[in-house]
Amino acid sequence: MKTLNAVLAGFGGQGILFAGKVIAYCGLVEERQVSWLPSYGPEMRGGTANCSVCLADEPIGSPLVVQPDVLIAMNNPSYDKFIDAVRPGGIAIVDSTLIDRKCDREDIAVHYVPATRLADEQNLKGLANIILIGKMLAETEFASADAVEKAIAKCVPPSKQHLIDANLRAIELGKNQ
Amino acid sequence: MATVFQKPSTLTDAKLHYCPGCTHGIIHRLVAEAIESLGIDGITVGVAPVGCSVMAYDYFTCDMVQAPHGRAPAVATGLKRARPENIVFTYQGDGDLAAIGTAETVHSATRGENITIIFVNNAIYGMTGGQMAPTTLPGQVTQTTPYGRDTSIAGFPVRVCEMLSTLDGVEYAERVSVDTVPNINNAARAIKKAFQNQIDKKGFSIVEVVSTCPTNWGLTPVEALGWLRENMLPYYPLGVYKDRSAGKETK
Amino acid sequence: MAERILMKGNEALAEAAIRAGCRHFFGYPITPQTEISAYMAKKMPKVGGLYLQAESEVAAINMVLGAASAGVRTMTSSSSPGISLKTEGISYIAGSDLPCVIIDIQRGGPGLGGIQPSQADYWQATKATGHGDFQLLVFAPSTVQEMANTVFDAFELAEKYRMPAMIFADGMLGQMMEPVTFPEREPEISEKPWAADGHKGQRTHNIINSLYLQPQDLERLVRERFERYDVIKKTEVRYDEFMTEDADILLVAYGATARIVKSAVVEARSKGIKAGLLRPITLWPFPSEAIAAAAANTKAILCVEMSMGQMVDDVRLAVGGKQVDFFGRTGGIIPTPAEVLAQIEELARR
Repeated sequence: MKTLNAVLAGFGGQGILFAGKVIAYCGLVEERQVSWLPSYGPEMRGGTANCSVCLADEPIGSPLVVQPDVLIAMNNPSYDKFIDAVRPGGIAIVDSTLIDRKCDREDIAVHYVPATRLADEQNLKGLANIILIGKMLAETEFASADAVEKAIAKCVPPSKQHLIDANLRAIELGKNQ
Repeated sequence: MATVFQKPSTLTDAKLHYCPGCTHGIIHRLVAEAIESLGIDGITVGVAPVGCSVMAYDYFTCDMVQAPHGRAPAVATGLKRARPENIVFTYQGDGDLAAIGTAETVHSATRGENITIIFVNNAIYGMTGGQMAPTTLPGQVTQTTPYGRDTSIAGFPVRVCEMLSTLDGVEYAERVSVDTVPNINNAARAIKKAFQNQIDKKGFSIVEVVSTCPTNWGLTPVEALGWLRENMLPYYPLGVYKDRSAGKETK
Repeated sequence: MAERILMKGNEALAEAAIRAGCRHFFGYPITPQTEISAYMAKKMPKVGGLYLQAESEVAAINMVLGAASAGVRTMTSSSSPGISLKTEGISYIAGSDLPCVIIDIQRGGPGLGGIQPSQADYWQATKATGHGDFQLLVFAPSTVQEMANTVFDAFELAEKYRMPAMIFADGMLGQMMEPVTFPEREPEISEKPWAADGHKGQRTHNIINSLYLQPQDLERLVRERFERYDVIKKTEVRYDEFMTEDADILLVAYGATARIVKSAVVEARSKGIKAGLLRPITLWPFPSEAIAAAAANTKAILCVEMSMGQMVDDVRLAVGGKQVDFFGRTGGIIPTPAEVLAQIEELARR
């Protein structure tokens, strides 16, 4: 399968690191090489958060993704910080509810998904991140549907297993955007 | 002929290095007698500090560990947590316990570590030749307070038993002296109790022994005992500061 | 087969320590290693072990000294500024011939520095982890899997040679998640007749001590220790080589940086530049002979670190007079494969 280097970025509390973990677990389930590297900083809540995720079939060198194949951005500062770094030919998936920018790069594909609004409308509050993962899945097919299901089951903590269905619905919703 | 007095079996035959007239010798004997009478030599581990008693490991027959300066309560914590069945004590001076090791002292106390601390307070750094200690009295002349301890510069002495007795983790804190035979007998009782508390799993027990340092005080041994009674005991009153099991809590 | 688990490097270190038989962990919070403490606090009570939060790094390392004296497998972890505080205790532990494992998840310095990944404590770990004539075993894993494996080795070699061992990583390795399969390996815990655990009337007293007032005694003991170090230098050196056989340009890097350099080497090879990587896994003992051998027929040698250049000193000593170039980023900045590739290309043009 294709090597995937992704950057996910937004505010702390938007589930950026969680969304990255879902991608990483997809790789684990499919027995691929995987790395997940979070930003870490002094802000526990409300600050910026991002993570680098790599899926590959060869051992992974640098887990820090400098030129992502895929960027998922969930706020303006993250969009501004990473949009120029996207590898030519890569894609950016932006939450257009929260990001008012329009990209003028012609060498990448940019998908505007009103994920936060969709999540609110569809009773999936807090799952805008997973809607964007759904869109990424549709665009890149980075893992099988079965792997995604298993990955979500692994990522959702035992005390919140009732949220698995909502996560899977969010994936489907994202896929169809 | 009847034997009326002998060295406890829990002291080695090594010759003590302490200065003539120093009270460390008496306190070592009292600790060794407590270990002997409780029959715990085989399960006891002592922690020697940095200071005059740095070589205490040569004098006690139980297993011994020599700790970095001030860290004896942390080392004792590690020993006791690793082998709760052992009896662990530290033997520390005032600089070790109440200056460089204050954090380790306070936190082992507040955690309620089930250890025994023998604290020798002679108001001076002995090993390094007589500098100001955290317990040096106001006005007391030392090598580093040559004009007397000026509290506007060097601050005030630390009263360890009073301070520690405010902590919920402390089981027992008593201040004793070894300047007279009755006081030595009382100190023997307190030290034994501090070990018995550990055997009974009652928790952190400290005995502060107000002591002399004739060499660095510049006095004869007898004069030093007089100086202790006149100057130290008023500042460091003897007595039980806390005995939780006996219902004696800090006011 | 054992399960492949996705885990942070910090968590893998903690889990591996428990599996290696460590039941006494003494910690103090500091970014970016705190997950180790959190993991231990959660897991130790479930295996009958102890997690104790000390009042300081100073206290934590001395609790390790106490527990090691009692003869149990014990560990502490910290990050750069906290390791500075532990150096006193580490020196005493080395001087008392006690085994233990210390983890350093480095961050930028000096001072409070930053909290991002760094390798600026190489000198500290390999040459000055406290006062006096002594060494620690220093392991520098570069993957989460290797971090887990190394814990077992660190404990066993620390006990074998009665000395402290350090697992030396950085914020990137500590924070990143990778799949890890824990080795199915029974811990080999050795007998410790020297321990201060109570003589039970069966022997004379054991004394754990680093004080020797007679210079002759101290010199003899230090020399004995250095004889052990000589054995270690002969038998315990570890390193990994990648495409060094025909390399014109030899790169030397360890830990997280080695991963980045490896990416750059692959990239350079695809451009027809014969680059190769030698990755020291033990920083002490240092693989000097292996580096000298790998550098025998190369045209250039480049050392890459997340520092201003510290390991490069040892690389220069290893290759005796040959030119060794250096590239580093510091302060918490992780070099990119592209930056390293640019350095390789420049050397290739030289």
